Amino acid sequence: MIHTAAVSWTALEPILPELLLIGIGVLLIGCDLFLPRQRQLLPWLTVLGCLTALAMILAAQPVTAFGGMFLADGYAKVFKVICLGAVILTTLMAGQFRRLIGPRQGEYDSLLLFSLVGMLLMASAGDLMVLYLGLELMALPVYALVGLHKREQRTSEAAIKYFLMGAFASALLLFGMSLLYGLTGTTDIGRIAELIASRNLAANPALLAALGLLLAGLCFKVAVAPFHLWTPDVYEGAPTLVTAFMSVGPKAAGFAIFGRMLLEGLPQLQGHWGPILAVLALLTMAVGNITALCQHSLKRMLAYSSIAHAGYAVLGLLPGTAEGMAATMTYLVVYLFMNLGAFAVLMLLAAPGQSRESIDDCKGLATRHPVVAALMLVFLFSLTGIPPTGGFIGKFYLLKAAFTAGYTLTVVGAVLFSAISAYFYLRVVRLMYMSEAEAPVSLTFSPGMTAALGLCLAGALGLGLFPGSLLGWIVAALTGS
Amino acid sequence: MIPLSWYLALAAILFCIGVCGFLTRRNVIIMFLSIELMLNGVNLNLVALSHFLDSVRGQAFTFFIITVAAAEAAIGLGIAIALYRSRRSVHVDTINHLKG
Repeated sequence: MIHTAAVSWTALEPILPELLLIGIGVLLIGCDLFLPRQRQLLPWLTVLGCLTALAMILAAQPVTAFGGMFLADGYAKVFKVICLGAVILTTLMAGQFRRLIGPRQGEYDSLLLFSLVGMLLMASAGDLMVLYLGLELMALPVYALVGLHKREQRTSEAAIKYFLMGAFASALLLFGMSLLYGLTGTTDIGRIAELIASRNLAANPALLAALGLLLAGLCFKVAVAPFHLWTPDVYEGAPTLVTAFMSVGPKAAGFAIFGRMLLEGLPQLQGHWGPILAVLALLTMAVGNITALCQHSLKRMLAYSSIAHAGYAVLGLLPGTAEGMAATMTYLVVYLFMNLGAFAVLMLLAAPGQSRESIDDCKGLATRHPVVAALMLVFLFSLTGIPPTGGFIGKFYLLKAAFTAGYTLTVVGAVLFSAISAYFYLRVVRLMYMSEAEAPVSLTFSPGMTAALGLCLAGALGLGLFPGSLLGWIVAALTGS
Repeated sequence: MIPLSWYLALAAILFCIGVCGFLTRRNVIIMFLSIELMLNGVNLNLVALSHFLDSVRGQAFTFFIITVAAAEAAIGLGIAIALYRSRRSVHVDTINHLKG
């Protein structure tokens, strides 16, 4: 006799956007296999799927599903919007890489979507198991994406470095999680915080060891010094399109689990992780900004700059409050637009046969392509944090959050390193506007690239001119009002 | 009955051997095996705790870790093969084209 359990399909409702994206990912592989002539439509299908998922996520009511394992709350919503934005923008830019991606279009888009589903799960994780599974679902496709062009020597080197470091970090994180489970007997992040409080575990040495392991693993994932060593090599070796995606999407998802673990799982230990993170943030800003000074490759410079920006974003975690987290989220939204914009210009410069990744390749760009130079100017000003761009507003909120929490020295350091960063960002501007071009550069724009550049410009400038609306929306999403 | 602390000590030792192996070995495959050793330390930890705490969550977690480790192995070995094809070596000292 067979017993059948009644399946309640309505229970699946909160994860419908994720299921939709998985379906589209599988469909993309099928289309790639059976309709090879229609390959140029695949990126548009990806964008369409992402937009549908975005609409579903924005319209959804906050719920807790699967016994607290999946939290579709305001916190998750903001991070999901950032991750979807990163995938939509990079997919739009992919037209520029048609020649490079070519027959791999289906693989590329489906890997991107599977990684996106992992990021959405990370943002919604209410349980250590879901958090780990989301993390791996995000990371595994990205390892493959980094090594997509097997013929090029640099990409397989970058892929193996990323893979080894990522797997090592996951193992550290897991050992920390197993200790947490041993101490509390549960894997539910909210329950862990309650049990730590009710059993007075805050000074337990095993809990501190777990905290150390978790911090090390999480810092690896978001590239915070001293766990950043893989970042420049991987970012330089990966195809520029994948680098642009990696520097925004997985980093935002990493901050999502960072915030969830520290703010909801271990709030009682704030006295321990607050100062540790303050020191790490300073170190990260120092390493990122000072090493970027002596780079000759624009791509590698942007890699170090993305390390430095991870350091800024950590500032919002220090207070351990919703306001601080809102500052980090605002910064990540601004960072999405300005960083992807800078990478988009880098992709435009790349021509068939030559990569043109050196800083000298920007020479005289303003006389030949004034619009592209002006766009790069806005993105670099925003990365530096000069008003009226979004980068200034983002940094302002972060510094304010850290300052009100009493981390005055860290704030002073952040301002100093931000001033240092102006040197290498503005050096590119100087080369664009005040140097003579060495060779004529012809740029080709694909329609998707034009749209992506327009969106990035609108984001980087619009968030600088009208900052209140974004922060208001994020605070409302966090507090649930 | 073997006490819990023995299991935890064994798991911690396995994990530390994995960490040392990862940090000192120079062959990509051995480094990857060291990571597997670390993961198995975690698995042992989770299963032992699950038994002594009388909660199944740890065992469920272990199944997920084993599954993900298999997927990870597939991708990692794939990348290692791609690397070997272009370099004729999987030694970390030869992976030095990217620096600066």
